Amino acid sequence: MSESGGKPAERKGAARRKAALDPRLAEYRGVWVFVERDEQGVHPVSWELLGAARELADQLGTEVGAVVAGGAEESLESHCRDAVAYGADRVYQTVHPVLAGYRNEPYAKLLCELVKKHKPEILLLGATSLGRDLASSVATTLETGLTADCTELAIDRESRALAATRPTFGGNLLCTILTLNYRPQMATVRPRVLPQPKKDHGRSGQIQKEEIDLSEEEMVTKLLEFLPHAGGDRLDLSLAEVIVAGGKGLQRAANFSLLEELARALGGEVGATRAAVQAGWVDAQRQIGQTGKTVRPKLYIAAGISGAIQHRVGMESSDLIVAINTDPNAPIFEVAHYGIVGDALILLPLLTRTVRGQAVAAKTIGLEVYSSS
Amino acid sequence: MPDSAQIRVHPVTGTIMRQGVPAVLNPYDLFALEEALQIKDRLGGRIVALCMGPPQAEAALRKALSLGVDDAVLVSDRAFAGSDTLATSFALASAIRQVGQEQPVDLVFTGKQTIDGDTGQVGPGVAKRLGMQLLSYVCRIPILDMDSQSIVVHRWTERGGQVLQSKLPCLITVLEGTSEGRFASLPEMIRATRQPIRVWNRQAAGIEDLTKIGLKGSPTVVGKVFAPSRRAERAECIEWEQDQAGKAVSLLWEKIRARQPELVEKLSGTNGGENGQERVSE
Ligand SMILES: Cc1cc2nc3c(=O)[nH]c(=O)nc-3n(C[C@H](O)[C@H](O)[C@H](O)COP(=O)(O)OP(=O)(O)OC[C@H]3O[C@@H](n4cnc5c(N)ncnc54)[C@H](O)[C@@H]3O)c2cc1C
Ligand SMILES: Nc1ncnc2c1ncn2[C@@H]1O[C@H](COP(=O)(O)O)[C@@H](O)[C@H]1O
Repeated sequence: MSESGGKPAERKGAARRKAALDPRLAEYRGVWVFVERDEQGVHPVSWELLGAARELADQLGTEVGAVVAGGAEESLESHCRDAVAYGADRVYQTVHPVLAGYRNEPYAKLLCELVKKHKPEILLLGATSLGRDLASSVATTLETGLTADCTELAIDRESRALAATRPTFGGNLLCTILTLNYRPQMATVRPRVLPQPKKDHGRSGQIQKEEIDLSEEEMVTKLLEFLPHAGGDRLDLSLAEVIVAGGKGLQRAANFSLLEELARALGGEVGATRAAVQAGWVDAQRQIGQTGKTVRPKLYIAAGISGAIQHRVGMESSDLIVAINTDPNAPIFEVAHYGIVGDALILLPLLTRTVRGQAVAAKTIGLEVYSSS
Repeated sequence: MPDSAQIRVHPVTGTIMRQGVPAVLNPYDLFALEEALQIKDRLGGRIVALCMGPPQAEAALRKALSLGVDDAVLVSDRAFAGSDTLATSFALASAIRQVGQEQPVDLVFTGKQTIDGDTGQVGPGVAKRLGMQLLSYVCRIPILDMDSQSIVVHRWTERGGQVLQSKLPCLITVLEGTSEGRFASLPEMIRATRQPIRVWNRQAAGIEDLTKIGLKGSPTVVGKVFAPSRRAERAECIEWEQDQAGKAVSLLWEKIRARQPELVEKLSGTNGGENGQERVSE
């Protein structure tokens, strides 16, 4: 949402909600997910979305559709089956050489055509570089509502509309947005905001082939090359199981090495607050929060981080949060499960040593001893 | 050498505008602006800064002028109030078409996103409406050839960079951190305070269809706005005495292990060997 010119008042929304749905719009049925994939695999956000789509569709009494498209890669068939295993009732499968490698033009065309043909009421995409690029184009072409970067999806009882909740006003408030008189209702959701559903190979679903008329000659934009990020397949922060994050409280760039050592000992990754990124202590790719990444690791250690709301929205659904802060009143202790009030510069190296000792002990003594304790 | 007089560079700079909030240039748009300025430095051309918002948004445009933009247009009308991204992209696209009547527009630059609207939808929307090629999340523009109207960009994705070749006109959304911004020189700052900023109402921006802008043109409606709920319980804090840091940390680690036992399993597999020397005596 762009908030240009101020927002409509809440009353307005409620008033519009009462109006009966245009019969043309009532034809739209089904909850769809665009499955983001390449030859290396499917982006996990697509499975997370299928989990949410399943719940929404069950509430609406409708089916879940998945759009799976690409060039002639071998993996495509198995991605279609995976989509079923993660909750799709029907997979719309399109194979065309022009669809090898993402480009806006052919993918936007495909998705618009499929929507016009099958009329889903809800269309969900990941809030990734691909999903945002594609969703915006499709929503504009179809002239419908798109809510970006949602943190929660539900069905509004009164209107049967998708209630898409996202942070607003700099993350200090949440805002639920509805698309009432337009279909499909579109939303993007960030990776790791929703839980990943269980894969069920026993589920059955239909895989339906969809043709599209595309020609490479008509494509204005050409994909010349793909340059993988330096450092090979660098771990994506949003998929890390352990994150050791630091903020302004670490005081100097050099102290970030304390985080790196602990992260290495734990087999995890280093994260940071925007304040640390802005201080130039760490790469912007490591920023966690509203304008950075959303993460959901098994263990999140926050050192020298105050716990501003914009940071918390990016990490609060982590399984276990541990905070180290000199200030006992720091808001980070409101989201943390365990806390320790003290100087991170002293405590971090101690923790690293403890963890390393643990690793050695576990290896030499054998795991049974520890798992039974 | 391209004929520099033919080049028209046209960045859309914008910022979230709310009544009463001082208008600052959206930081993401500074990167977009810098990219446009570098092209102007290299190849010449004219840059028009365009912003849709209330009258205060003039401040953002003055800043753009001080950095080297040639002309600034503020698209401002009460009829735009309540616009969501779809309506915003309609109005901006329309205004860009008006600019195009004065001089051809080869390139439109936008930021990756606004700082608090944060949707990244407006740029791609404008591209669609203008029928321009969309190049989003661009981090480099290695080739721009005005004669052949061709451009090569590097587009950032989570897994790596796409090298895309396209044809002008196109709309580029610029990734943050692409280049160091510049500072305004004193003469430019003086020029910026004197130069008039054109203000266009909806008619001047070429908008006739009132159903496409403002609340009417916005499919999304705000249902409710609320504060995020806080978790009820606070963290369990480890109590410790000044000289007992080691003990406190061990206790903390015990607690972590108890909650996430499989972590220990992983550790012994991956890290044990590497850190074999560092045995800690307890
Ligand atoms: C629109 C918007 C978007 C934003 N997006 C993000 C975002 O995506 N991510 C993000 O992180 N922020 C974001 N912010 C910024 C956010 O509001 C906070 O400013 C930022 O998170 C604070 O970072 P910090 O905790 O590192 O620093 P501070 O708030 O300065 O906190 C430092 C903490 O360190 C503690 N400390 C000091 N010394 C020590 C020590 N020796 N040992 C242990 N603790 C110590 C202090 O008690 C304090 O709690 C955004 C802000 C806005 C307005
Ligand atoms: N009102 C506006 N006026 C001019 N440009 C805008 C406006 N709103 C958004 N933009 C541009 O579109 C980009 C994405 O905005 P958003 O979709 O709101 O995140 C911004 O970085 C701006 O370059």
